Amino acid sequence: MLLLLLLCKLAKNVKIIVVLNITAEFWELTMIHTYKLNGKNFVLDVNSGGVHLVDDLAYDCIEFLRDSGAKEEPLLNEAARNAAILQLEQKDYKKSEIAEALDEIAALTEAGKLFSGDEEYVKLAAKKSQTTPQEQKNVIKALCLHVAHTCNLDCEYCFARGGTYHGKHTLMSREVGEKAIDFLIEKSGSRRNLEVDFFGGEPLMNWETVKHIVNYARNIEEQHNKNFRFTLTTNGMLVTDEVIDFCNAQMANVVLSLDGRPAVHDRFRVTPGGVGSYDVVVPKFVEFAKRRKKNYYMRGTYTHFNTDFTEDIFHMAELGFDELSMEPVVCPPGSPNALTDDDLPVLFEQYEILALEMLKREKTGSKPFNFYHYNIDLKNGPCIHKRILGCGSGSEYMAVTPTGELYPCHQFVGDKDFALGDVWNGVKNFDIIDKFKKSSLYSKPQCGDCWGKFYCSGGCAANAYHSCGDINGIYEFGCKLFKKRIECGIMLNVEKTLLAEARNEQI
Amino acid sequence: MSRITTIETRDLKQSCTSGGCGECQTSCQSACKTSCGIANQPCEGKTEE
Repeated sequence: MLLLLLLCKLAKNVKIIVVLNITAEFWELTMIHTYKLNGKNFVLDVNSGGVHLVDDLAYDCIEFLRDSGAKEEPLLNEAARNAAILQLEQKDYKKSEIAEALDEIAALTEAGKLFSGDEEYVKLAAKKSQTTPQEQKNVIKALCLHVAHTCNLDCEYCFARGGTYHGKHTLMSREVGEKAIDFLIEKSGSRRNLEVDFFGGEPLMNWETVKHIVNYARNIEEQHNKNFRFTLTTNGMLVTDEVIDFCNAQMANVVLSLDGRPAVHDRFRVTPGGVGSYDVVVPKFVEFAKRRKKNYYMRGTYTHFNTDFTEDIFHMAELGFDELSMEPVVCPPGSPNALTDDDLPVLFEQYEILALEMLKREKTGSKPFNFYHYNIDLKNGPCIHKRILGCGSGSEYMAVTPTGELYPCHQFVGDKDFALGDVWNGVKNFDIIDKFKKSSLYSKPQCGDCWGKFYCSGGCAANAYHSCGDINGIYEFGCKLFKKRIECGIMLNVEKTLLAEARNEQI
Repeated sequence: MSRITTIETRDLKQSCTSGGCGECQTSCQSACKTSCGIANQPCEGKTEE
């Protein structure tokens, strides 16, 4: 616990020295991440969400204070200041400049924007997971509806294995869809905004049912004081004018699957007969995006075979798309498609290339685009509650199979160990629900000392389970990529903020 | 401050009390579907703070 013991003004030089008493326990809870990118120095105060752009001296000061044995000593008392000054003078900084930097660090520490602790968050996490679902009404606010466990493409890297999730080819009936909507409304408590994602397989292979479910929900949402937000994820093969019009009228978001360059896309995204789908889907997607007035994402997957994936993102931008997403493939480590540790240096460089190219386009105004993982809203991002609880799979978010079975999320579908119940009888497997309910950022021991934890919220439970057999574990490879994306995304957002401020000053 | 530029960010500490409405988007309902990202989700209730 941080106690401000003494604030004394030295009248002679009008400098303020803040003396803080920080216990060993407090120090263990503070977290500072420093990195250099695009010629600039970034300092993240993990617990407060603070982001600072600092000069070289302040960067070295903050790293010294973080890394020195002073972790069990008071920060910025006279002894600590002297130790910092002695150390940094060896780097040819002037004493007066070091003192100036330490004063700024002290002021920000006092303001809670540097070296802040996370004591409140530990209590919050404990409170949110202390009761079991049987004792506490479980609010569900989002469903992933698997309206089609079948697909008209046969992509080798698909985690749904041809859309069937290791089961039979099946389509959701209208009755199951209606019951799923009823189930969601019933379980959503006072939550007004409810999300339904039409997923598969390929949902357009059951298009009439999709429309029926949307119309059913729209007809009853007002009487229940709910607002449905629908999303459709499609491979594009069956997109028509009618699909586009309906989606533009009803879907809050559409996710359109495109891997990038023709050869890259057609390597995996092929028909069961082995014919590439690029030439079929791209004209449809171009038309879709052109007429789309709401959110959409072009969503690609990159694999070991296209570690130069920025070329695929730039290809999408050349096609005229401006809301882009590109995800690393998730597949068994032995697969030839799998990304490897040897790929990491190239992938890290790719994320930097992407951020710098986006910044360049922002400055010049030439074909700017958004990249999903770089859309980090520093001012209006999620609250700490959301960041601790994560995506909500298995508690406030569930997947529904074509026959109405419930699973914690789409990536667990087909694994009977995770079957939760069904839309008619509700959740019956409370042991699994309990595990997900109690899973939070603070239940994942490997996340404790990770600076990226409040950006990923502990990561994907399914990825963790498939990687190490425990939803409270981590998917370490994914963590490495995620942290690089966050560093690049924050750099880009800071640069864009400064650019906007400079433009405003000019005006 | 001459050596440190602090970017305007949401104060996560403050959001302990001001947040938690639960109306926000579920992360996998957006674009990723295979990797959890929370930081890029908008806050539904931020404007009400």
